[in-house]
Amino acid sequence: MALLEVENLEIAVSSKGKLLPIVQGVSFDVDDNETLGIVGESGCGKSLTSLAIMGLLGGTTVRITNGNIRFEGVDLLTLPEKDRRTIMGNRMAMIFQEPMTSLNPVYRIGDQIIENLRQHENLSYAKARDRAVELLTLVRIPNPGERVDSFPHQLSGGQRQRVMIAMALSCDPKLLIADEPTTALDVTVQKEVLDLMADLQKRMGTAIVLISHDLGVIAETCDKIAVMYRGRVAEAASTADLFTELAHPYTRGLLNSIPFVDRDIEWLEAIPGRVPTLEEELTGCAFHPRCALATDLCSLIVPDTSQFKPGHAVQCHFPGKVTS
Amino acid sequence: MSEPLLRIANLKTHFQTKGVGLFGKKKVIKAVDGVSFHIAPREVLSLVGESGCGKSTVGRTLTHLEKATSGEARFEGRNFLSMTPAEFRPLRREIQMIFQDPFASLNPRLKIEQTLGEPLFIHGLCKTWDEARTKIAAMLETVGMDPKVMARHPHEFSGGQRQRIGIARVMILKPKLVIADEAVSALDVSIQAQVLNLIKKLQRDSGVSMLFISHDLGVVRHISDRVAVMFEGKIVEIGEKRQIFEAPEHDYTRKLLGSIPRVKIGKEVT
Repeated sequence: MALLEVENLEIAVSSKGKLLPIVQGVSFDVDDNETLGIVGESGCGKSLTSLAIMGLLGGTTVRITNGNIRFEGVDLLTLPEKDRRTIMGNRMAMIFQEPMTSLNPVYRIGDQIIENLRQHENLSYAKARDRAVELLTLVRIPNPGERVDSFPHQLSGGQRQRVMIAMALSCDPKLLIADEPTTALDVTVQKEVLDLMADLQKRMGTAIVLISHDLGVIAETCDKIAVMYRGRVAEAASTADLFTELAHPYTRGLLNSIPFVDRDIEWLEAIPGRVPTLEEELTGCAFHPRCALATDLCSLIVPDTSQFKPGHAVQCHFPGKVTS
Repeated sequence: MSEPLLRIANLKTHFQTKGVGLFGKKKVIKAVDGVSFHIAPREVLSLVGESGCGKSTVGRTLTHLEKATSGEARFEGRNFLSMTPAEFRPLRREIQMIFQDPFASLNPRLKIEQTLGEPLFIHGLCKTWDEARTKIAAMLETVGMDPKVMARHPHEFSGGQRQRIGIARVMILKPKLVIADEAVSALDVSIQAQVLNLIKKLQRDSGVSMLFISHDLGVVRHISDRVAVMFEGKIVEIGEKRQIFEAPEHDYTRKLLGSIPRVKIGKEVT
């Protein structure tokens, strides 16, 4: 049994009386000590998937319409709210993209870490404060003894993200979900934060789900990767297998679209067109209007997920045809 | 050596901050602190650096959106930093700017034909709307859009399409220098690739010079002839693209290049 199992997840948004699916048939699992990367462009459903796992979809407009999410074997979707709250922020934690909007500007950062610690662990204020300083040391905030009393606006963007990480790690979670944790940061700071996350994982054995639009970040940090396109997992494999043999034309297109820093290309092979909006009716494979390999079959029938190689899943009628 | 199109010498743009409280000390922020470079005709120079390094302020100073503190900037030999707005106006057609945010840089109340047509009339490139519409239609086609879209409003377009419209607005004036400030940073990779190809093609076809401001080293490598690396208001290294990427000399350039996550493709992956 894997630590986190997502099975056939379906999320829909209700719009003008209609239920439009935004995430469809998404399945993956994550083990202890493992990093899963979910990569895709805006609107592919990667963030919604992570919010669904954390139970943060809230409200009636966007909701889970099908599927299972199991954490340590417990079905999170049927779990009573009271029991859920003992897991969230404790055994499972999340860091978001924009640390300035996720930290409360009117509370000292120490108090925000302490609040989580006291909620989940039976600690006195003094003990929790000591633990907060320890955590700030762990995420390499300089002068943690003084910084614990700082307000968020007194820290730099990179430091704020470290505080978010400290807060997320405060109760030694088994699973950490990081939604674009470095997107708002400069590259040199991004490297420090990613290195820190990898280092902490090594020490604590935390499983990580890393969500990013940046294939470079994902390729460098993750053990396995799920590429999402318009609400579905187009291709999923271990990082090594994926880049050895790309099986889905979208993954190939994504890779060809990136102007890499270590090679000179005269013209980028851009994917034509754009991601269809939710309102646009679409039959068959969601990628077919932009795919050079598409046939009539692709425009009529949604491809099943098949095993291209052992452990290398792909949702395409012609898997592997793109490999050059 | 022939005179470059643009020559910047020791440019400084400083900002004064308000002091904290009534008696707080005022502070001077040296956003751009002694920057010099030149751009030849048909050349693309990139300014690259992290947030706060002053790269955007350079672009904004050159278009008179910020006031330079000192230094010289010559466009075809004329020093234009000290020009009055009236003196600078004719140059505004020749020095054009593409902005980052395609959602904030198009007037939502104007139809596309108004957004593209207005500058044509202001700069006296057209006399009648018929004439303007012909030019607009041709320009929209050049940036890969259906000329029919000129009757529509910006909210009807996606980010990538808006950026194409922003590029059309700039290129329709046939400028000599385009300053592109993070022009593709807000776009998703698949759209970014399309727009980058478009910018590169338009630059090649028209021979316009470009100052390409970006934080993304991959994009910079793709588009530039020469690269200037900025750090804390100064250029720490400037040179041919190949030299900057293959044999960087300054520590900061090396650190920047070393921080970029890479994708290893193919069988050599272990």
